Amino acid sequence: MAQAGEQHGDAMWINMGPQHPMTHGLWNLRVRVDGETVVEALPEIGYLHRGVEKIAEVREFHKVVVLTDRLCYVSSITWSHAYCLAVEELMGITDKIPARGRYLRVVSNELQRVASHLMWLAAYGPDIGLLTGLLWALRERELFLDLIQALTGQRMNQNYPRVGGVRNDIPATFPRDCEKVVRHFFKKLEEYESLFERNKTFRMRTEGVGVLSKEDAMAWGVTGPNLRASGVDYDLRKLDPYDAYAELKFEPAVARGGDTLARYLVRIEEMRTSCALVLEALKKIPAGPYRVKAPRRAEGQAFRRTEDARGEALFYVCGDGSDRPYRVKIRSPIFCTMSAVPTIMRGNKVADVISIMGSLDVCVGEMDK
Amino acid sequence: MSGHLIDLHYYVESVLSFLLGFGRDQLHGIGTASPAPLGGPLYGLGDLLGAEWLLVLLTWLLVVTVMVMWGTAVNLLVMMWIERKFYSRLHDRVGIKIGLPSMGFLATIPLLGGLFKNFVKRPSHLGTGFLQNVADGVKLVQKENLTPKSADAFTFHVAPVLIATSSLLVFAAIPFSEGFAVMRQVDLAGNSTNPLGILFILAAFGLAPIGILIAGWSSNNKYTLIGGMRSAAMLMSYEIPIILCIIAVVILTGSLDPFEIVRQQTVSLGEAVPALSLLPPTSSAPLYIPNWFIFPQIIGFIVFFVAILAEQERIPFDLPEAEAELVEGWLTEYSGMRFGLVFGFKWLRALAGSSLLVILYLGGWTGPAIGTGLSIGQVGVFFPPQELWFMLKVYGVFLVWVWISWTFPRIRIDQILHIGWKKLIPLSLVTILLAIAMRGLGVYA
Amino acid sequence: MAIEEEVKKDLEGRFGGVLKASRVLRPRVVQVRIDRRDLLPIAKHLKATGFEHLSCISAVDWVTRFESVAHVTSWSRNCLVEIVAEIPHDNPKIDSLFGVWPGADFHEREAWDLMGITYTGHPNLERILLPRDFKYHPLRKDFPQEVDRQYVSRRKLGGG
Repeated sequence: MAQAGEQHGDAMWINMGPQHPMTHGLWNLRVRVDGETVVEALPEIGYLHRGVEKIAEVREFHKVVVLTDRLCYVSSITWSHAYCLAVEELMGITDKIPARGRYLRVVSNELQRVASHLMWLAAYGPDIGLLTGLLWALRERELFLDLIQALTGQRMNQNYPRVGGVRNDIPATFPRDCEKVVRHFFKKLEEYESLFERNKTFRMRTEGVGVLSKEDAMAWGVTGPNLRASGVDYDLRKLDPYDAYAELKFEPAVARGGDTLARYLVRIEEMRTSCALVLEALKKIPAGPYRVKAPRRAEGQAFRRTEDARGEALFYVCGDGSDRPYRVKIRSPIFCTMSAVPTIMRGNKVADVISIMGSLDVCVGEMDK
Repeated sequence: MSGHLIDLHYYVESVLSFLLGFGRDQLHGIGTASPAPLGGPLYGLGDLLGAEWLLVLLTWLLVVTVMVMWGTAVNLLVMMWIERKFYSRLHDRVGIKIGLPSMGFLATIPLLGGLFKNFVKRPSHLGTGFLQNVADGVKLVQKENLTPKSADAFTFHVAPVLIATSSLLVFAAIPFSEGFAVMRQVDLAGNSTNPLGILFILAAFGLAPIGILIAGWSSNNKYTLIGGMRSAAMLMSYEIPIILCIIAVVILTGSLDPFEIVRQQTVSLGEAVPALSLLPPTSSAPLYIPNWFIFPQIIGFIVFFVAILAEQERIPFDLPEAEAELVEGWLTEYSGMRFGLVFGFKWLRALAGSSLLVILYLGGWTGPAIGTGLSIGQVGVFFPPQELWFMLKVYGVFLVWVWISWTFPRIRIDQILHIGWKKLIPLSLVTILLAIAMRGLGVYA
Repeated sequence: MAIEEEVKKDLEGRFGGVLKASRVLRPRVVQVRIDRRDLLPIAKHLKATGFEHLSCISAVDWVTRFESVAHVTSWSRNCLVEIVAEIPHDNPKIDSLFGVWPGADFHEREAWDLMGITYTGHPNLERILLPRDFKYHPLRKDFPQEVDRQYVSRRKLGGG
């Protein structure tokens, strides 16, 4: 809860966190307030540091997937997938991944992306006082978690991507179920529009709040939906396609303005895009094996980056010839967005700090590793 | 035209006078029959029981008690329960939608049981959930009432009392029908009247911000102080549109009497506005448009609606209370039943605000009714009685407020004050001008 | 010419003498290997030629040397350059890229925190993930690894 910090002059430091009902995870934001306006903001992270990079050095390559799942627990498949891509690059088997495996990775990634964005929406509603948004978004998220469970056997921390492919094939009724869910979900997105976008009060709270300009976003290394909300049209699935993305048609979602409303709009549009991608991939998926046997040992260095739900996730893996990685470096998009937080927060009112923090979609698991 | 069912003063007075008279007669009898040193005092006691002032005093006390019990015990629980059921439906929650139809025995009713079979099979809690609020109350009562060490003890204890009593005080002047009212006199024509009733209601409403400010200040916590000041700023700035809209209605009616205001809303619209003489003229026609003040005062209605919503500190206006930075705002340091009292009386203020809205704009307790031949006392019984119409309208308005509350995010404090000062006050001044124009130009009789 | 060839030729042309190695890893990815002295000029040149985004700065502890690997992306030209800067093990200092890309801020702090490489010129080189008073740099190879594992296979237990 908020405790008074020291008082220097007439500006006051306020601690928002680490235990706070609205920060979605364990991190601290120290805010320097002059009257109602924020003068300086200093994020303090590291409360959830678990040493994943160090542990990964004593687990076999294939077993690290279990760890990377738990990096961002809201969006597990995308993180394990990024790790598997990096290791495949290291082992040199990137060209050998079968087509079916690549398409299945796309399907599972996009389903996970929708679930992650719905979790963000469910957490963002109560931030601004709209508790109905929590219930509605979680209701829809249940449908996607059911789909993910049918595909992988688990709702979160699924351990689904493997070095060399994916763990298992899709069940027989899966394409039909996906279509039903997506059709239902698109109808519900119209309802969300009326609850959020067309809601005058929501627009009052989010328009013009927490503006991040294009130059600032690119300078501070912000990627993903936060970058696209500032008008920068860069999506790694289009620029640097991996897996089957080169064969699928979609448009990245971009909004102008750079405020919280733009970030909201980008994520809603991304949910639509992801659903369309899932259906398209399920139509185009070729028959065949979905996994290739990867070697145990690897040597060298390699890196791979993917478009995670929150931005650019980059894995840099070094091997020294044994069956364990020598070094796994994880680049978390939220870690970099956090360095831009002072720039975003300055000049806004104290009552908007929670709204801005919620709109950045902070996942502490991947930030603190 | 409906008639009232409960004439509070009359019933209480008759019951009490019967009881006191019975007691007096008995005591007189015992007194005359007793031996000398005891007989006189007993007879005197009987005289005391029969005294006029005792009857009046007890009548007033009991009337106030009935009103308070009705306001707090019954309406409070029902309002909290209805709100929970309603917003749970908005949230699409499964468990709370199951209620009465899921009770097991209903499926055993001979003919209608088939209707309930499906409900009973669904796994859910049994029951309606009404006692949840009672359980909450019991829980709060048995909690420890903490007082922060460095808080100003006197004002810390006085503040919730002030807020609670001012919320209850409003009910002294709000009538629920022509008979169910605490402050009520009967004039020569047999109509209820309470001159200056609206003034009393406004004064009682205006006490709450003081209590909130005192609560926020006395907790000796920087953040409750900020919350208390924000809350007081919001409440005081939203009282001005309320008062101005009431002034507009008073200009139209010419009286501060809630009974008179409602009575004037029973005439037909065609009579009140001569230009609309095409409408059915008399109020005894079966279907007519009554002269509810929402029609000439539509702007005032909207302004009053929004301003009373802010007075109740509901979402969208609850930033002083539930701001993420301040845990509960000015309520943070209160625990136990003190917290429960202040928190629960939010719904009581909702009832008061809703009643005020209904009285002023929606025709109060009037509504079509069928007269039955019965009569209690000297008053004929109608169905539906006035109390029922009043409660229906009040709960209807309350449900609209709940709907709004759970659909909108919170508005920031500077936006709240912006709305209050820059948008609502000019609009309410416009309503006053319209009311003056309508009266002055003879458009409105 | 493909973008990666273009960038490689450009870098070799300007800094040919100091590049220890340079090659194309895969389409749109170039890798150069340098000594730590030459990091800042190369970085400034890359920033000037349209590499707006610093993706990552990784620190690796090869026991005889450190390496600070910077991945620099150009959104507009759709190319990525991996700069591997070698740092001697007994004197782990290197220039900070904060002046070129402010996004290097938290990456360098993390490298300092976990690996102990000092980035000279960084405005606020403090621990970020670990507590402020923590004395060690855990990702170094001489920091003990967690050795007692809960799962040991029966074969290993039996001495296999």
